[in-house]
Amino acid sequence: MNSNKQQYTITVYTENQIGLLNRIAILFSRRKINVESLNTSPSEAEGIHRFTIVINETEEVVRKLCRQIEKQVDILKAYYNTNEEIIWQEMALYKVSTEEIAEKVKVERLLREYGARAVVIRKDYTVFETTGQREETNKLIEVLEPYGLIEFVRSARIAIIKDSHGFHEKLKEFESSEPGENVVANEYLNQQDKVFTM
Amino acid sequence: MSNSTTTSAPTQPKAKAAAQKPAAREISGSAAVLEAFLEEGVDTIFGYPGGAIMPIYDALYDYQDKLKHILVRHEQGGIHAAQGYARASGRTGVVFATSGPGATNLVTGLADALIDSTPLVCITGQVFAHLLGTDAFQETDVINITTPITKWNYQVTDATEIPSVLAKAFYIAGSGRPGPVLIDITKNAQIQKFNYEGYQKCNHIRSYRPKPIVRKEYVQKAAELINKAQRPFILFGQGVILGKAEKEFRAFIEKTGIPSAWTIMGLSALPTDHPLNVGMLGMHGNYGPNVLTNECDVLIAIGMRFDDRVTGRLDKYAKQAQVIHLDIDPAEIDKNVKSAVPVWGDCKETLPMLTELVEKKTHTQWLQKFKDYYKEEVDAVIHDELNPTAEQMTMGEVMKSLNELTGGDAIIVTDVGQHQMVACRYARFNQSHSNITSGGLGTMGFGLPAAIGAKFGAPDRTVVAIIGDGGFQMTLQELGTIMQSEIDVKILILNNRFLGMVRQWQQLFHDKRYSFVDITSPDFVTVAKGYGIAGNSIDKRKDLHQALKAMLDHKGSYLLEVFVGKENNVFPMVPQGCSVAEIRLK
Repeated sequence: MNSNKQQYTITVYTENQIGLLNRIAILFSRRKINVESLNTSPSEAEGIHRFTIVINETEEVVRKLCRQIEKQVDILKAYYNTNEEIIWQEMALYKVSTEEIAEKVKVERLLREYGARAVVIRKDYTVFETTGQREETNKLIEVLEPYGLIEFVRSARIAIIKDSHGFHEKLKEFESSEPGENVVANEYLNQQDKVFTM
Repeated sequence: MSNSTTTSAPTQPKAKAAAQKPAAREISGSAAVLEAFLEEGVDTIFGYPGGAIMPIYDALYDYQDKLKHILVRHEQGGIHAAQGYARASGRTGVVFATSGPGATNLVTGLADALIDSTPLVCITGQVFAHLLGTDAFQETDVINITTPITKWNYQVTDATEIPSVLAKAFYIAGSGRPGPVLIDITKNAQIQKFNYEGYQKCNHIRSYRPKPIVRKEYVQKAAELINKAQRPFILFGQGVILGKAEKEFRAFIEKTGIPSAWTIMGLSALPTDHPLNVGMLGMHGNYGPNVLTNECDVLIAIGMRFDDRVTGRLDKYAKQAQVIHLDIDPAEIDKNVKSAVPVWGDCKETLPMLTELVEKKTHTQWLQKFKDYYKEEVDAVIHDELNPTAEQMTMGEVMKSLNELTGGDAIIVTDVGQHQMVACRYARFNQSHSNITSGGLGTMGFGLPAAIGAKFGAPDRTVVAIIGDGGFQMTLQELGTIMQSEIDVKILILNNRFLGMVRQWQQLFHDKRYSFVDITSPDFVTVAKGYGIAGNSIDKRKDLHQALKAMLDHKGSYLLEVFVGKENNVFPMVPQGCSVAEIRLK
């Protein structure tokens, strides 16, 4: 039954409005969909925020969800993409005992092999940072675990679409249409499936 | 009401330095709310005062000659009344409630208004801004509670925001696919004085697209499909009424000659006796429209959303047909039924475009099929329902008698249950905005307060509230509102001494295990009398016509209770989980 489910990254452009996070979140919880990761940040356009939401679902559900999201008054646009269509990264921080690590691990090799960076080195502990996809950041956990990983944290996913123009042009057009009637939004809508799988 | 005597709040900002614009004058946030109402053409407010909204009520004292305030008996009654007002008048309904319990009592009405696309602006009072989040007296997080059941909501903590926020509220509530908006205003913002520079109506919000731009190529494609169709079939919903597109709709169906069936929200958009009106869709709809949904070749859905009560089992719904879906809300396209041609836009614009492109046609043979099925339904169900021989009266014969007396000119407001289905099936309508019912949410208790609101929305029309014995007891406190505001609402209680619809399901699908559906009622006529409302109760067929006539002729409100058969069922019926073609006549 769940065979068609896969990871989708939803990108939502919004006004910067209190309560909007809840308005978006309840659209997922209403359908009992677990949000795997959620990131919110300013976008390249001034005054417009960008949500990056990762869920595991069928395309049909994701498509309907995006329409429901977009329908909310303070939301400009919602897109969804499969992992193949985007470049995405997550950041991870690892805290380990400096003593342990200095003695037992070749730190230099570790840093090179896993693209890690030491952010803080103190007598009692060292914090490493890596950026990458889930499997990459997971690998370093495995390596560090035997040496007493004190703390680990991973950020939400952030993603950019591979398409060369990205969302930027569209957003600009969208922006410039103010305060006139919008002619842009519906062009995407009218392409139906194509729109959402660009 | 512990805060009611406080006159200033710590967050109150200093008045801006001397006004540069001569037009500006200093007014309170509360007055700004009422000024906004006047600018938006509001004439009636349904509300109930309380601690956190007292400054607004204080300001209202000076606006009594311009704004009518109807004191309801419960906030739920207030919001349903505003819904009735909006549905009867086509304008935005307005509600006042205080914080805490006042605000939470609006929840059912908000959910109802959202699912039935009813334009409302609800103003709730809130505790002082500096008390937010402290569990202050009558504080509740109404913004978060109402987020999933409002089209938009917003909390105001500073009076200077009020004019622009209210302009936004009215614009959002009434434009595009209408819906309820809730504005929560903290008490300090109501009290705060600020430089009021006039009111500017809102007609654009960057991130909000009330209606998608119409794409001609889809209209073209739709017209081609319609012109080629052998057995086209139209389903129409409330979108036709909300879009004020009744004329455009009529022109379209009359040119194409396509049989048209309605959802209960679309009822009255097309007169009952129109030759192309083939009846009601859905679970208790007419036989032909349901069966023929699965035989048509092109299905044209106009301003309707394929609710499960209309479609029955989706994987067996109109699979043979190419679907053309006209809707203003892009999220409705392909939500339940996949369309071959989506026609986004306001049907007031799209219908005339279509009408121009379609060929003039008649579909005599195809229309005859609907008539044949109707005859079958008359023989199996309708004849006996309207002309029963059993001793006990049927709801259908009450409706028949009522039709004869009103001639189809009355506004019929219904509650929820068997009587609702019977009323929708048999009531006659000559004009739009005449059927007011809780469609999507199925809110028992909707009927009485909605009828009160409908009367205020359409004061020149006869308003008949048809309510069951169960639903009436959910909001009968609003009889007090009728008493105080001295309006003329006819209340027709169809009493079967059961929660009839649930009982019907228990009979048909639960082995007649009648679990808690046997409901006793007070003497409704005596209750009405207590409120100074005249009434009568009958249980004999011979008295029916005269009793209904007396009700309609009576000057002022009147309650008529009609005892009907205890265990009558509503048929036809599409059992849950069945396809529309499997509709049962008994």
